[in-house]
Amino acid sequence: MKFNAMTAVAALMLAVPGVASAGPDDDTLVINGETEMTTKAPVPAHMEDLPMDQIMSGWHFRSDETQALEMDDFDNPGMIFVDAGIDQWNAVEGSEGNSCASCHEGPDSMTGVRAVYPKWDEEAGEVQTLAMQINDCRENNMGAEPYKYTSGQMANMEALISVQSRGMPVNVAIDGPAKETWEKGKELYYTRTGQLELSCANCHEDNYGMMIRADHLSQGQINGFPTYRLKNAKLNTVHARFKGCVRDTRAETYKPGSDEFVALELYVASRGNGLSVEGPSVRN
Amino acid sequence: MDFTRRDTLAIGAAAAAATVLPMPAMASQTEDAIAEFTGGADLADGGVDLDAPEIAENGNTVPIEVSAEGASAIMVLAAGNPTPGVATFNFGKGAGAQRAKTRIRLAGTQDVIAVAKMADGSFAKTQKTVKVTIGGCGG
Amino acid sequence: MAEGVRPRVKAPRSAEAGEVVVIKTLISHKMESGQRKDSDGNVIPRSIINRFTCEYNGAMVVDVEMHPAISTNPYFEFEATIPEAGDFQFTWYDDDGSVYEETKSVKVG
Repeated sequence: MKFNAMTAVAALMLAVPGVASAGPDDDTLVINGETEMTTKAPVPAHMEDLPMDQIMSGWHFRSDETQALEMDDFDNPGMIFVDAGIDQWNAVEGSEGNSCASCHEGPDSMTGVRAVYPKWDEEAGEVQTLAMQINDCRENNMGAEPYKYTSGQMANMEALISVQSRGMPVNVAIDGPAKETWEKGKELYYTRTGQLELSCANCHEDNYGMMIRADHLSQGQINGFPTYRLKNAKLNTVHARFKGCVRDTRAETYKPGSDEFVALELYVASRGNGLSVEGPSVRN
Repeated sequence: MDFTRRDTLAIGAAAAAATVLPMPAMASQTEDAIAEFTGGADLADGGVDLDAPEIAENGNTVPIEVSAEGASAIMVLAAGNPTPGVATFNFGKGAGAQRAKTRIRLAGTQDVIAVAKMADGSFAKTQKTVKVTIGGCGG
Repeated sequence: MAEGVRPRVKAPRSAEAGEVVVIKTLISHKMESGQRKDSDGNVIPRSIINRFTCEYNGAMVVDVEMHPAISTNPYFEFEATIPEAGDFQFTWYDDDGSVYEETKSVKVG
């Protein structure tokens, strides 16, 4: 393990001459001047053997200007998409004549939901992500077409549901029937992929806080998803981000919504157990 | 005219650069835009403020703020963009201050320029270099 | 009209007479610059909001000429004087001729 980590550092040094140390900052994230977010938390029990002092939101790794965009809902462009999500929530679609509101009333009925997904679904006999649950509702309760997994409509709906839990701690279950999926996700997290032979851990566990070229490597936490990126000026879903990361190792990626990414999402989410739900967050 | 090997290499390199890089606004385009705004008047150094990050995490969304007390208008230019125009803020009598914030696109590291037209018809200019960084792995 | 355009404005509901207030506006719009190419190498035509105005009771607060270097989902923050109770009128002008409007009322006292 030690050897592997050092090899990864060496590989990064070769590929990117600008690797330098620059730790995360100590700022405090308060949204709208009232909601104080937990952006640093003790390492969850399942990670106690790792050489990490604490878990940290990606917000700490961004510049002051980017951080400020998340501190006020009006300044946060991600909130545009929450508004669009409200329209979708109230829109009757499909053969059953239902909208989300028909069964769930207001979006505030979703309070606490984001914090515990992905979670085991007894009826389906599998771990389901929030996106899968949304589409389950659309197909089975509304008789509507499912959203594409990483589509704008899916991201809007995820943002609307996430914001209801904002400030609540991420708390996904990793034991019981979810354990097998979680173990699979953990294995994927440490599996090197692509021509660059990098695993998630090589960057986000071994080297967070370092610069990869001009970018500040975070812990790869997903408590802020869906996230508005300045780069593409839209909301980005977790699986789209996974796909981008795996692609950047120069690998053929798993598909959004695949069993592999569902398992990985559960595992990565569990690495953030204790951080506040932040979605929709703002990143570079 | 005979080309030396060095000349040929230099021409090749220049051609390659021209193909690969987005063409920045020609200096004259920026000068023309300023001249059009000022009518060729002299530019004072003080009187207009421009706030922009020294380093922008992403060139797609760079927050800036301009202010010039008593100005009737402030023009913002990005000298290194394909076209230099960014925005011109015209302040009316309902304005509570001659100040505005927005978010702009910068094609690369470059100078952002603010020119203010003051109430007395004079002009003031300031500029700031913003470094635009490239992400970690293109993801 | 460009798809999914939605103006948002943050303005105080009330103010003191003569108070200076901060106004923020955000509108969802791609602001296609005219500099990008599609996957076939064809230039994607420019399609932006080219002007934004804010008036209070008919008096101009700010009139902004906008170029393609304004970011996607254009954001503005500026200050307005509230001499008396009344209405803000916000207007965005699209290249395609569409006009997007929003109003906000302010009480005084």
